[in-house]
Amino acid sequence: MSKILIRGAKVLGGEAQDVLVDGETIAEVGTGLSAEGATVIEAAGQILLPGLVDLHTHLREPGREDSETVLTGTRAAASGGYTAVFAMANTHPVADTAGVVEQVYRLGKEAGYCDVQPIGAVTVGLEGRKLAELGAMHDSAAGVTVFSDDGKCVDDAVIMRRALEYVKAFGGVVAQHAQEPRLTEGAQMNEGIVSAELGLGGWPAVAEESIIARDVLLAEHVGSRVHICHLSTAGSVEIVRWAKSRGIDVTAEVTPHHLLLTDELVRTYNPVYKVNPPLRTEKDVLALREALADGTIDIVATDHAPHPHEDKDCEWAAAAMGMVGLETALSVVQQTMVETGHLDWAGVADRMSFAPARIGRATGHGRPVSAGEPANLVLVDPAYRGTVDPADFASRSRNTPYEGRELPGRVTHTFLRGRATVMDGKLA
Amino acid sequence: MMRHLISAADLTRDDAVLILDTAEEMARVADRPIKKLPTLRGRTICNLFFEDSTRTRISFEAAEKRLSADVINFAAKGSSVSKGESLKDTAQTLEAMGVDAVVIRHGASGAPFRLATSGWIDAPVINAGDGTHQHPTQALLDAFTMRRRLVGRDAGLGKDLEGRRVTLVGDVLHSRVARSNVDLLHTLGAQVTLVAPPTLVPVGVETWPCEVSYDLDSVLPKSDAVMMLRVQRERMNAAFFPTEREYSRRYGLDGERMAKMPEHAIVMHPGPMVRGMEITAEVADSDRCTVVEQVTNGVSVRMAVLYLLLGGSEPATAPTRVEEK
Repeated sequence: MSKILIRGAKVLGGEAQDVLVDGETIAEVGTGLSAEGATVIEAAGQILLPGLVDLHTHLREPGREDSETVLTGTRAAASGGYTAVFAMANTHPVADTAGVVEQVYRLGKEAGYCDVQPIGAVTVGLEGRKLAELGAMHDSAAGVTVFSDDGKCVDDAVIMRRALEYVKAFGGVVAQHAQEPRLTEGAQMNEGIVSAELGLGGWPAVAEESIIARDVLLAEHVGSRVHICHLSTAGSVEIVRWAKSRGIDVTAEVTPHHLLLTDELVRTYNPVYKVNPPLRTEKDVLALREALADGTIDIVATDHAPHPHEDKDCEWAAAAMGMVGLETALSVVQQTMVETGHLDWAGVADRMSFAPARIGRATGHGRPVSAGEPANLVLVDPAYRGTVDPADFASRSRNTPYEGRELPGRVTHTFLRGRATVMDGKLA
Repeated sequence: MMRHLISAADLTRDDAVLILDTAEEMARVADRPIKKLPTLRGRTICNLFFEDSTRTRISFEAAEKRLSADVINFAAKGSSVSKGESLKDTAQTLEAMGVDAVVIRHGASGAPFRLATSGWIDAPVINAGDGTHQHPTQALLDAFTMRRRLVGRDAGLGKDLEGRRVTLVGDVLHSRVARSNVDLLHTLGAQVTLVAPPTLVPVGVETWPCEVSYDLDSVLPKSDAVMMLRVQRERMNAAFFPTEREYSRRYGLDGERMAKMPEHAIVMHPGPMVRGMEITAEVADSDRCTVVEQVTNGVSVRMAVLYLLLGGSEPATAPTRVEEK
């Protein structure tokens, strides 16, 4: 494989440096590196980060190939600067056996745009009653370490306890979709001032917070680690902060949309804003930003949830929940965290690459930009300003809440083990 | 006037008073031997009902026919909708057949708003009740009834409900009637109090322009109108209240309670009533209860809304003069 010289990029937002990639690895990082025999990418003014890692992606294959496939989803991921994504288990059939996770893993390899690490279901069929063969999924070619019934909560306390305990044998982690089911029957949006006015069924913050409180205590009791998916309320932040102060091994993620959007948008009744957990209030948004900045929330994860057009082009109650996010995540983080002074680019590298790779045990990802490391890299032009046009997406679905919105920053290049998956802003 | 009628909150005080005044004119038509105006001759209105509601549908249909419109009734049951056709496709199909306005009743909150704002169709949309969101013509007919009874048929013309005290009792949480009434009554200057068990008051009510009380007996003496909302018995299965009897004891209106109201005060109900639950037969059949008048007034108010929304570019002149042209 040929050599690539990335010239003058600010590595993790620091000093401008040259980075020489040779084959699949970073050969040298320094200044005034020789361009001999290398393709040169002039990157002055751009930020070089380790390839992003998404711990929460819905690729929809197998089963809902009308909304996304592993190929289209990983193309979207590469466009957004990702070199690894964790594919959620709520496919059809559910990824609750070694066979299904190996299929998804193999499809990722064949696509070649981004490493796909399947997540295994915690319970058979996501039904919350019987543990899936977690060990078999771990021992399979897919090497599953993250388990989640995402989309549904593991609400039975005993099943949750057993899952937390069981995966310790192979260093696994349970990622909980925290949603008390009885408190959210018929829920359509955040419960509060806006839901009262709009007459839409409320999804109260307490339904998330009570499960998180229970699960951190369970994790403490059995000495396991637990990961909280898409944390969305100020109260959840306080619980996780308290748990960490007690030394409980908990990690948490926040989505880009919960860092930017509020339930005021639901006043449009446009289901493009319908998502689970729902958009919350301004107070929650500000608390989530603070928590991501101070490390209470460890990572940003997209919860990229593609849906076909007809599932959003309808009345609110009939619409599917979820938003695509892979191709806008970094821009939203730049706007909400970098440009507000909450995080510098090294912080972004931590929350979107180092930490998610660590939580998911993604080998070869989330590594420092230094000689000898795998060349999983992304170049970002932070000065770019553009309006989101869903027609430009690589994803098969267009259900973005940012259509027509101006967002900063743009991924110009993504490298997966030294090979460009995105070149000059276009998929290679 | 606006192009659509989606929410009572969209009406200004002057819009609302104009509708009520126009409705008085329409009511006079109903007193004549031939109850018909030519205003909407040649216009086609579709009553698009995704939820069963015979009384609201008939009320709109009567209003449309008295204005000489051609009426198409579309009930979702047994239609292509039950075979999975979307709201968008249904609406576009109707518009393609030349419908000039759509009156929609839908179980999903916000469905009329979506229909009016998503670019699916161009026709004006009138909300005939959506989920637990709004039912603006109900609020208008209630305001019309209150103005007639509390201010006077002629004396009320041009007036709002400034200073009148209105109490709404019952299942506020699931009620589009309550939401519409709170919005419109506030706009018209009335003081609104909601009375319900705390389980049936929405979280987030604190920003509504009204008071909330859990004690019916203390509010009744200070009420000029008391509106009883329908309470479905099934709610007790979801633990909103323990039993039907306990609900009736604490929040139902019987003769004894009605006696605590000021003499001039009226009892209202949007129907259908659950006798023995929120209201006793004694109260429902008393002179103070306006439930039948409300039905009559509903036709006049819906005529006024259709006339003002669809009357074309001409100014909202009194319909009697329109007839003389």
